[in-house]
Amino acid sequence: MNCAPAIDNRLSIEKSDPGRRGLWCKNPLRAKASIPAALRRKSALRLPELSEFDVVRHYTRLSRLNFSVDTHFYPLGSCTMKYNPRFNEEAAALEGFAALHPLAHDSSAQGTLELIHDLSARLVELCGLDAITLQPAAGAHSEFTGLLLAKAYFEAKGENRTEIVCPDSAHGTNPATASMMGFNTVNLASKPDGRLDVEELKKHIGPKTAVLMLTIPNTLGIFESNIEAIAKAVHDAGALFYMDGANLNALIGMVKPGDFGVDLMHLNFHKTFSTPHGGGGPGAGAIVCSKQLAPFLPVPLVKKSGSGYVSDFGDGRSIGKVKAFFGNTGVLVRAYAYMLAHTPEEFADIARCAIINANYVRSRLLDIYPSYSKEYCMHECVLTPGADMTGKGLRTLDVAKGLLDRGFHAPTIYFPTIVHEAIMIEPTETESKATLDEFVAAMRDVHDSGMADPQALKDAPHTMPVKRLDEVQAARQPNLHW
Amino acid sequence: MYTPHTKKDKEEMLKTIGAASFEELVKQVPAKFLWPKINLPAESLDEAQAAARMAGLAAKNCRPLSFLGAGAYERYTPAAVKAITSRTEFLTAYTPYQPEASQGTLQAIYEFQSTVSALYAMDCANASMYDGASSFAEAVRATVRVTGRKKIVYSAGVNPQYMDTLKTYFAHSPEYTYVKVPMNNGVMDQAALPALLEGAACLAVQTPNFLGLIEDMNGVADLVKKAGALLVAAADPVSLGILAAPGEYGADFAVGEGQSLGLPLAYGGPYLGLFSCKKEHVRQMPGRITGLTKDKDGKRGFVLTLQAREQHIRRDKAASNICSNEALCALAATVYSALYGPEGLKELAEANAGAAAYTAERLSSIKGCSLKFKGPFFNEFVLSVPGKAAALREKALARGVDIGLPLAPLFPELGETLLVCATETKTEADILKLEAAIKEAI
Repeated sequence: MNCAPAIDNRLSIEKSDPGRRGLWCKNPLRAKASIPAALRRKSALRLPELSEFDVVRHYTRLSRLNFSVDTHFYPLGSCTMKYNPRFNEEAAALEGFAALHPLAHDSSAQGTLELIHDLSARLVELCGLDAITLQPAAGAHSEFTGLLLAKAYFEAKGENRTEIVCPDSAHGTNPATASMMGFNTVNLASKPDGRLDVEELKKHIGPKTAVLMLTIPNTLGIFESNIEAIAKAVHDAGALFYMDGANLNALIGMVKPGDFGVDLMHLNFHKTFSTPHGGGGPGAGAIVCSKQLAPFLPVPLVKKSGSGYVSDFGDGRSIGKVKAFFGNTGVLVRAYAYMLAHTPEEFADIARCAIINANYVRSRLLDIYPSYSKEYCMHECVLTPGADMTGKGLRTLDVAKGLLDRGFHAPTIYFPTIVHEAIMIEPTETESKATLDEFVAAMRDVHDSGMADPQALKDAPHTMPVKRLDEVQAARQPNLHW
Repeated sequence: MYTPHTKKDKEEMLKTIGAASFEELVKQVPAKFLWPKINLPAESLDEAQAAARMAGLAAKNCRPLSFLGAGAYERYTPAAVKAITSRTEFLTAYTPYQPEASQGTLQAIYEFQSTVSALYAMDCANASMYDGASSFAEAVRATVRVTGRKKIVYSAGVNPQYMDTLKTYFAHSPEYTYVKVPMNNGVMDQAALPALLEGAACLAVQTPNFLGLIEDMNGVADLVKKAGALLVAAADPVSLGILAAPGEYGADFAVGEGQSLGLPLAYGGPYLGLFSCKKEHVRQMPGRITGLTKDKDGKRGFVLTLQAREQHIRRDKAASNICSNEALCALAATVYSALYGPEGLKELAEANAGAAAYTAERLSSIKGCSLKFKGPFFNEFVLSVPGKAAALREKALARGVDIGLPLAPLFPELGETLLVCATETKTEADILKLEAAIKEAI
């Protein structure tokens, strides 16, 4: 690749010098190693040779090129970029949790097993369902687990159901998971108000339908008010009702999904339960389900036995493993720490503040950024640039880049795909009114200055470490490593 | 509780919104479902109380001197790794959808991809999978897509958890068949390969294998190629400091468990799926990939690329449903590799091999104990023990030593055996303590 020296953005390998060292491993047992020559590595290992300080400065510098929740308001719709409490990090770093081997004997793991057991019970209660697995590593991985459960459930009943129904506003992971599992996806067009069309649903649901996957509230930030009719239609067809729980932040403590007739749902700990996103992961997921699906959950589960806790490998009906070992336990420790900090009423305040914040931003921007939906939103709202902006050739992408120059991370853009030029804003409950006011001012300033000088906005960002990047070249001639 | 609004804030905001009350905002939710009784503790803990509760739970986990491996390895995590990954600019960012505001994460991922490509001597790598098992399963899925074949041949030494995960991934498709290459002295019986590989999508091998033995991969890729199949190799990344790399012996896909690169054991996760492949399969890679490009002034920059494979674009036609990955763990592994560098990784690998060799030497001298296999191994080995291995383990645990994993539940054909692992964290004194614990337990 091109290693042209550029003082400001060199790769670690471009700072490397032969013979320089960071860390050593001086364990004298090295001398006992005797690996035959035929099995040894022959090619050079092309890793950087740097001092420890070089490495620390290099990555510290990189960290400063990022926007993050701690440094910037990050209203990325459907991603729930809320504050990640520092205490959670400290709890997860406790040696007792961090150093525990995944194959440790149950008697060595009583603390973690108790934590998993209690976290499970509390989550089941919050969701109004009966059973749970914490094994999935992320949201999409939970969807996969959920569909496996559905499959096992229908197989046990001797039914062959091949279709997954989801609305066109669904997260891309829903149809991707369905197809990975060999299901056919049936897409339902949303009604003009953004809701699922129950009559349309009834037409497309039947003996072939395994599962309806529905995000609640949906990706437009709207609650499916006809939820009872939806659940009834699904159950009348003998199918299962799956709730994509990515947006649970809007509902937690305020409703229990089990009460609507949801049979199974997933949780994203990195959204609702405040664990950090880490630049893309790790997350952790869960599937919470009703009694009828419980026998098929992945193993091991944890059960109480006498005064202690043991791994439970089920009665042989389990779908098996979706991940090596137990799950992303380190993330679960953080979620449990968060759980301890909330009573039911305090959970409800999360939903309440998330909904107030989204409506506050929406109401203060409506006059220049029209909303797809004409009613109040739940935890997020979908806006678009107005006709005055599009008349000048200004698009959602320009608004996003203009916000970066004003010190705000952009909302999710061009999603959901059913809204032309979507700007999807999720402020989350942890942002103060003062921050939202600043954001509103920035959005208005983007509009006003864009109208005054459209080209300047089309050229934004101007103040970031790089300007708009050539994505076409990146895809045509992929340069993926040094 | 982490919500900032005072009662006055809420009132003012509702007023701006034009709603008389909060209830008006949620009219779309049928009233009968609102505010159910939730049976959770009525008191939450303040931070000091929560800290005491968490410390109490952590203390209930015993921490014996442990010789467990079997896919997760005890490592020292350098202070500088913790310092970088706890920088909240990395910790609290999300997937870099806005590249201009995410160059730090993007460049770090590019360097991670480079690190994995270098370790495995492969052409390209992605920005990570959930863990070694999911990387393995996705690599096998890719070979099925490329070859259009549905027969999966795997060596008996592949981690059983990887195979379980793979079979779960294919649970919907009864037409897939799994053919195990039998074991000969703890390694794959290569003489059996030509017949077994006929019509196969892939040969999936792990080396060092689950029993710790190093597979001799010389010539294997030729047999695989001759059958029109693809070679998937799983390898521990630290072992590649001294052992032949998948790219050197002709693997098409190479995967591994990145936990080995300095991540805490954390009872199973978050870990880090390493995934790499040959150039011609780049568009078969699942998940996020970062590429180097230029901005409009010609300045170097990084973006997520080849997104046409992914779920948010292709929906039901995507290569995989993966969305969240393990980016922060990938950063930790990258920093770890940069701190140790090529010489340090070689030292680490040698220390693993040396510690395990010394452990094997000591334990095989115990009366009634012997090495089950004679072949070269990396950092773990199978020890035959007199009596029930599980009972010995429990006895030794009572003395503060976890002597290894009893293999009978996974490999009943091996008899009463333990899989014993020693990494660079073990000293001569630790190993002598292990020896004493086993002797006492017997």
